[in-house]
Amino acid sequence: MTALFKHDKPDNRNVLDHTAQGIIGQPLTRPEGILKVTGNATYAAEYAFDECLEGVLVTAPFAKGQVNSIDEKSVSSMPGVIKVITDKRLTARAAQGTANEAPKQNVCEVHYWGQPIALVVAETFEQARDAAKHLKFDYTEDTDAIFDPEAADSETEDGATQQGDLAHAMKQADASVDLHYSTEGHASAAMEPHASIAQWDGDTLTVHASLQMLNYNITELADAMGLKEGKVRLLSPFVGGGFGSKLGVSQDVVAASVAAMELGRPVRVVMSRQQVFQTIMRRSETTQRLRLAADADGKLTGFGHEALVSNLPNEEFAEPVTQSSEFLYGGENRVLQIEVARINRMTAGSVRAPGEAVGMPALEAAMDELAEKAGIDPVELRLRNIPEVHPSEGTPFSSRKLAECLKEGAAKFGWDSGPRTPRMQREGEWWIGTGVASAARVHNVGEAKARVTLQADGTALVQTDMTDIGTGTYAILGQIAGEMLGMSRDDVLVELGDTKHPRGPGSGGSWGAASSGSAVFVACEAIAEEIASLLGAAKDDLTLKDGIASWGGQTRPVTEILDGKAITKIGHYEPGDTEDDYAASSYGAFFAEVAVNQWTGETRVRRMTGAFGIGRVLNEKTARSQCLGGMVWCIGSALTESLLFDPVDGHLVNCDLAEYHVPVHRDVPDMDVILVEERDGAASPIQAKGVGELGMCGGAGAIANAIYNACGARLHDFPMTPDRVLAAMPAD
Amino acid sequence: MKPFDYQRAERLEHAGQLVADSGAMAIAGGTNLLDLMKLQVETPATLVDLGALPLDTIAEADGGLRIGALVTNTLTAADARIRGEYPLLARAILAGATQQLRNKATTGGNLCQRTRCYYFTNIDQPCNKRDPGSGCGAIKGIARLHAILGTSDQCIATYPGDMAVAMCALDATVEIAGGDGSTRSVPVRDFHLLPGDTPQRENVLEDGDIITAVLLPPPVSGQQIYRKVRERSSYAFAMCSVAAIVDQADGTITRADLAFGGLAHKPWHDPRIGELLVGAKPSLTLFDKAADLLLENAQGYGENDYKIPLARRALAAALCDATGLTA
Ligand SMILES: Cc1cc2nc3c(=O)[nH]c(=O)nc-3n(C[C@H](O)[C@H](O)[C@H](O)COP(=O)(O)OP(=O)(O)OC[C@H]3O[C@@H](n4cnc5c(N)ncnc54)[C@H](O)[C@@H]3O)c2cc1C
Ligand code: SF4
Repeated sequence: MTALFKHDKPDNRNVLDHTAQGIIGQPLTRPEGILKVTGNATYAAEYAFDECLEGVLVTAPFAKGQVNSIDEKSVSSMPGVIKVITDKRLTARAAQGTANEAPKQNVCEVHYWGQPIALVVAETFEQARDAAKHLKFDYTEDTDAIFDPEAADSETEDGATQQGDLAHAMKQADASVDLHYSTEGHASAAMEPHASIAQWDGDTLTVHASLQMLNYNITELADAMGLKEGKVRLLSPFVGGGFGSKLGVSQDVVAASVAAMELGRPVRVVMSRQQVFQTIMRRSETTQRLRLAADADGKLTGFGHEALVSNLPNEEFAEPVTQSSEFLYGGENRVLQIEVARINRMTAGSVRAPGEAVGMPALEAAMDELAEKAGIDPVELRLRNIPEVHPSEGTPFSSRKLAECLKEGAAKFGWDSGPRTPRMQREGEWWIGTGVASAARVHNVGEAKARVTLQADGTALVQTDMTDIGTGTYAILGQIAGEMLGMSRDDVLVELGDTKHPRGPGSGGSWGAASSGSAVFVACEAIAEEIASLLGAAKDDLTLKDGIASWGGQTRPVTEILDGKAITKIGHYEPGDTEDDYAASSYGAFFAEVAVNQWTGETRVRRMTGAFGIGRVLNEKTARSQCLGGMVWCIGSALTESLLFDPVDGHLVNCDLAEYHVPVHRDVPDMDVILVEERDGAASPIQAKGVGELGMCGGAGAIANAIYNACGARLHDFPMTPDRVLAAMPAD
Repeated sequence: MKPFDYQRAERLEHAGQLVADSGAMAIAGGTNLLDLMKLQVETPATLVDLGALPLDTIAEADGGLRIGALVTNTLTAADARIRGEYPLLARAILAGATQQLRNKATTGGNLCQRTRCYYFTNIDQPCNKRDPGSGCGAIKGIARLHAILGTSDQCIATYPGDMAVAMCALDATVEIAGGDGSTRSVPVRDFHLLPGDTPQRENVLEDGDIITAVLLPPPVSGQQIYRKVRERSSYAFAMCSVAAIVDQADGTITRADLAFGGLAHKPWHDPRIGELLVGAKPSLTLFDKAADLLLENAQGYGENDYKIPLARRALAAALCDATGLTA
């Protein structure tokens, strides 16, 4: 039986506050953690299948043009080589998140350097890799490839906001800033590379892959292969990080599938680290203009945020830079707009916190400059500009803890609200400074189903195709079921990442916990209801704890009530009117202290505090870890991370983890995370909001502001590498 | 990766003979060579494993220390004699790579590590070093890591390492066994070559040569500083580095041995800098003059222009550190 919850009204019953087990929110360790750290969690490429062949993708060494022919003979006599796959079903790009259809095929048409054009299949990986390097092909390179977004044609994205007269507001303002920022491209840089093993039994295609959203991916794969969805099964029980790069079906999945069907043997395709960098999604670089106008009290009267981003031709995704700028602060005169330039770099798509990851740091850096001009403490300036309702749509906000986060974060960090002049503090050759930024990330949910079985022995089984990309899904779904059904989490077995289970939206857009968690919750409510009816008890009068049901002064073991029978329910969560009726978002605040070297401009973050309102905390440990991880990304995007593209042929030059600089342990200081108590019934029936991305939405701005406060270097280009800091550093 | 044969050298002479074969390459820790083989940048037909050779000790010699070619970077940096008398070397090694890499990396392999030029490691790009005559992708491309000193129009790559920069300041000597059984010594300062018209040649080793050791001269007095400027605090190559040994008496500099990393195709040593500094009193003006000498012929390639002011500042910082001058 399926129980449906349609989210047309906020669910403020706060059911999980009235249950008795007491495990919801507890910092329980992930159940699969031991498997992972002992190497016993099997990742996509690690399954051992008899007779498995190895495929290596061949990629284009040019950015635009046409592959005319591929000379299979050039490698067919090499040891171990079985076949060169050039099938027209091969995919040139990865699918965008939630695309739900095959990504671009026809790999002969090349639009970016490094695009896959064929797959070489051999008996061993080394043989396939060697042959892939030796494969000869004939191609015609077009001379009109474009790599510079500023020089390319661009289109304005739908949904721009034009309200009032911003130019006038800027003129009338008591304080205003008009600033240009840039951010470089980012890579997801997940630890596990994209990898697949496909098997074809003559009827059904089974693929172990590293993917985030199986319910979409199965459609994308079936569409690419020309198969019925019912003939495809995808499995991703463990995913070694995704950060957006595994939202859509990737080229390895389709290539392995085509090869397995053609050759009748299992085929494994693992992308090299370089291929992951060169052919999977990038976060677009951006240039942004921020215009902020304020009155004498620091209240915003004008708000402008415009951005230029880029993508390949015919890609719908445009980095939604202004997403949270739409509603974070007030200001009646507004311009918000995104332009997309069409260039020949690999697909731009979702990388953790698309939009806010780069839009919020620029906005928050501009707010710092406005605070300085207005002579108002930057925390106070933010507090004064929290709008009553959505500034352009007029909708009410659901629960919003921005003010609390700013205040509690400031207190914990020890924010000094006195005058803020650069170069006030120095230790040896280091200038020390502090900065603040707000955090915001829109809240998303998606339709989700999950099957929960209360077994006759009193334990429970949760099944859904939802993925755990290292975020803690196994932990929280077990906790929700344990809390609702009255048992310890150890008594709940959670099975994930298999399309044979009821489907959900997968992991992405920070929506997994709220969506799939709600589906589990709905199923459990239905089970509890059935128990109540078996007992003839009122549903609200029933308490389940430690395997015992209590009602109306009576108690009975649940196993006795079940009497040898299991109860199975499918919970079905469907987003509804609340999505339109409320502006729902997660909020927070970042505080950073940095040291900037007087000589070299090297910047090290010394400590960071983040305070976040994410609705109900489902597991204090995994939520905190998400926030910490986000804050580490803030350090990377503020100081080091940048995709470097060759200006001549457009190829990505720093395509490994030695040269694409994510922060290392030593770059990550003491970090404090405060999770502000919150319930948001408009966000989900479990009152939880997204947490996976919030931790990186703005923090790079706090670091930029701290650099200025430390040494007086006001930078407008991220990342703030030593050379850039030095160039902006005022003379001693 | 091209299929290859593997041989384990039992004795030094044996190793020399094996390595002398065209298509054969020595492998020590493998942390550089194996990466390049996977990328098909290096395609040896045979790997000659040096691992069994008795070159893995640090011994006292001629008043200094002889570090065997197979001593790992971790052991060198942890050696009490090195930490005590040559702290510069320990610091430089610890400023490089990561603990895991240093556990495998060896003295000989570290000296011979190849450039990190992005175009060198991508076989679909032109590179005169990898494929002489094919052109230089970096000159018009992303030259962020690249050299500002001693470049040629053929190649602007840097020698990326840290250990050798310290050895250069220390004026250490590389001991080499030739394939024909001969031995010779080459100062570290002369071991690496400038690119000129033959960027494929990075050092003086000939076919069949094997590095057996590095000889450190007797310890000298003075402050020893290794300063490495990098984008992140570990696991990044130098944007610029300075190795400095500076001694003073009565407020006057009596010794100044300096070497620079990240600026050229070799650890950079300019004897004029020492000559300028010795006999002078430390001052920021003096350090600026030293930088004038260092950067006299510096040339940026756009992307790496920042290295010119950065090297000046890093030099001043290192000299302030070494002399106790505060800016
Ligand atoms: C991600 C990464 C980051 C790094 N960061 C740094 C850094 O910050 N600073 C730094 O200094 N280094 C850094 N390194 C480089 C590291 O120090 C070198 O890889 C290492 O020192 C090489 O030593 P090996 O013994 O592993 O050499 P191998 O890989 O075994 O050999 C390298 C070369 O030396 C030759 N060779 C080895 N031994 C001998 C010998 N006895 N005689 C003649 N030829 C020989 C080989 O034929 C080969 O050409 C980094 C490396 C990596 C992978
Ligand atoms: S700088 Fe040297 S190593 Fe780099 S591409 Fe040019 S020739 Fe090759």
